[in-house]
Amino acid sequence: MAVVATRGLTKTFKAGQAAAVHNVNLESEEGEFLVLLGPSGSGKTTLLRMIAGLEEPTSGEILIGGVVVNDMTPRERRIAMVFQSYALYPHLTVLGNIVFPLKARGMGKAEREDKAGWAAGLLGIKHLLGRKPRELSGGERQRVALARAIVREPTLFLLDEPLSNLDAKLRASAREELEQFQRRVGTTTIYVTHDQVEAMAMGDRIVVMNFGEVRQIGTPAEVYDDPADTFVATFLGSPPMNLVEHRDVVVGFRPEHFFPVTQLAGRAAIPEHIRDADRSGPFVPLNFRTSHEEYLGAERIIYGHLEGRFEGKKAISRVPATTGGQFESASLHAFAVSEKHLKFFDREKGTRTGRVSLA
Amino acid sequence: MFLPAVLYVLALVGVPLILAFLYSVGDVKVGSVGYHFVGLANFRSVLESPTFRVALRNSFIFTISSQILVLVGATILALSLKKAFPGRWLLRFLILLPWVAPVSIGSIGWKWILDSLYSVINWVLIRLHLANEFSPPMWLGDPKLAMLSIILVQTWHMLPFATVIILAGWTALPKDIPEAAEVDGAGFFRRLFQIEIPMMLPIINVAVLFGIIFTFTDMTVVYILTRGGPYDTTQVLPTQAFQTGVLGSDLAEGAAISMFLVPILIVVAWLMLRSAHRAEVT
Repeated sequence: MAVVATRGLTKTFKAGQAAAVHNVNLESEEGEFLVLLGPSGSGKTTLLRMIAGLEEPTSGEILIGGVVVNDMTPRERRIAMVFQSYALYPHLTVLGNIVFPLKARGMGKAEREDKAGWAAGLLGIKHLLGRKPRELSGGERQRVALARAIVREPTLFLLDEPLSNLDAKLRASAREELEQFQRRVGTTTIYVTHDQVEAMAMGDRIVVMNFGEVRQIGTPAEVYDDPADTFVATFLGSPPMNLVEHRDVVVGFRPEHFFPVTQLAGRAAIPEHIRDADRSGPFVPLNFRTSHEEYLGAERIIYGHLEGRFEGKKAISRVPATTGGQFESASLHAFAVSEKHLKFFDREKGTRTGRVSLA
Repeated sequence: MFLPAVLYVLALVGVPLILAFLYSVGDVKVGSVGYHFVGLANFRSVLESPTFRVALRNSFIFTISSQILVLVGATILALSLKKAFPGRWLLRFLILLPWVAPVSIGSIGWKWILDSLYSVINWVLIRLHLANEFSPPMWLGDPKLAMLSIILVQTWHMLPFATVIILAGWTALPKDIPEAAEVDGAGFFRRLFQIEIPMMLPIINVAVLFGIIFTFTDMTVVYILTRGGPYDTTQVLPTQAFQTGVLGSDLAEGAAISMFLVPILIVVAWLMLRSAHRAEVT
């Protein structure tokens, strides 16, 4: 049975305005880590808040554990939520914060302190129990918020961009920790983020949203390798998928599938980093007029535009830094893209269409 | 750069304060020409007067009871004005009126409302058969009722100010914290008393301390409604100081009475600065 499901869920803040969330149908599986991914204003937080009961849907249903919860208060839904700001109670100690949900439930003092100790131990914050939130670092606050969420063993975790307040270095380690933590407790989780790296790294499945609508639901590999439309294709991946117009379709290819080839004895040599499955071709040769290059340490991002086929269209190539070659500005190079990695989109609607001959 | 401000404070606050202090240890009467230092004689005479002791006690009763009523009332009002509803701005404006209107006008209005012959309250009570037509409550003539009346009118006068401060504090609270409490399973009262009010405590403190200062030092309501009567039963320190010093021509003793306000006000001012500072920090 799905832990959370939504049916035709819609939220309009002002009558006559575009819906913040439009006709969303979701089903999360038991123990799943489901990520809501989208740019700001895509409705992902509104969707999460509706599931939490903090926002009332305009239409549609929300089910938790198979029961329609539309008319239930957040308190009755028995879920836990971690806010973007962590929303710790500033006047209470860490212990006071963690036991608050248990107190609200009417649990006895001894039992709740026992539970709080367990949750604090799980997150390694036992030494902080006597402190006030303002005396904690960002990472510690996040753990307190998580401990407060886990302490009542909810059936569902809702996390609203919990890593966005951390600095870049801490974010990577906190991400891994959070992921491990979720695997360990096995609680179904819905996680909102605008960061595609977080979504790819943590999600069992990703729900890509834009303008209040779900564009695609799938595993990280599915949404990345098989984007349903041009929005998903460009939102996921950094740099984004190259999109070039060709007659009445848009042809897309990932920067990592677009690589330089060298002519060796009249035969195109495929760079070493291309995996065996992709080496056999067939390839579409493209002339690439490079404009500049970004050296990122582990990889090189090469910018330029195409000549000949797809004349004048901008493209980006991404190759490992170990790949040789000089790509100074305005020089012309032979590049290629593996034909099976080409994606085709409808030029008007942006949705995926069948394969089209490039000839 | 601060010089004009410093001069202004010295001239308008410092000089009268020093003057009042000098009067309180001198023998100044209205119209007297000389000044003789008499030490603490005025204070001794004030402390021996039973009226003063009544006034001191009344000042505390008047201030503390009206501030408790203001605090409870303002919190309830702020709570009900927090959510948006049609016509909210009008209601907010109406609630602010008693504070904006000159207190003397308001008090004169109340004087009629509580009048022994023409009181609308009594008129209503008599029509509802809650009061005897031939001996209706003497709102300003009965010692207990008179005290109650001045407390209620002072509450009416101070309520808007506290409401506005508390409302402003409430609107400034981060929204996600009460929401987190809601998701954590806290009901309305738990959220109110364990989360929102504790978080607003510094702001509530400022409102209360302001209210204490404005009530403790103010004589308008008492003077217009009862003039301290009947038989000095509603006398407070400011009215007694005014009656002794100005109406009774004994400036020295009047000054001595007002000097009793100073230590209390210093403590309140110190508390106020401290909690304002704390509100700033957190």
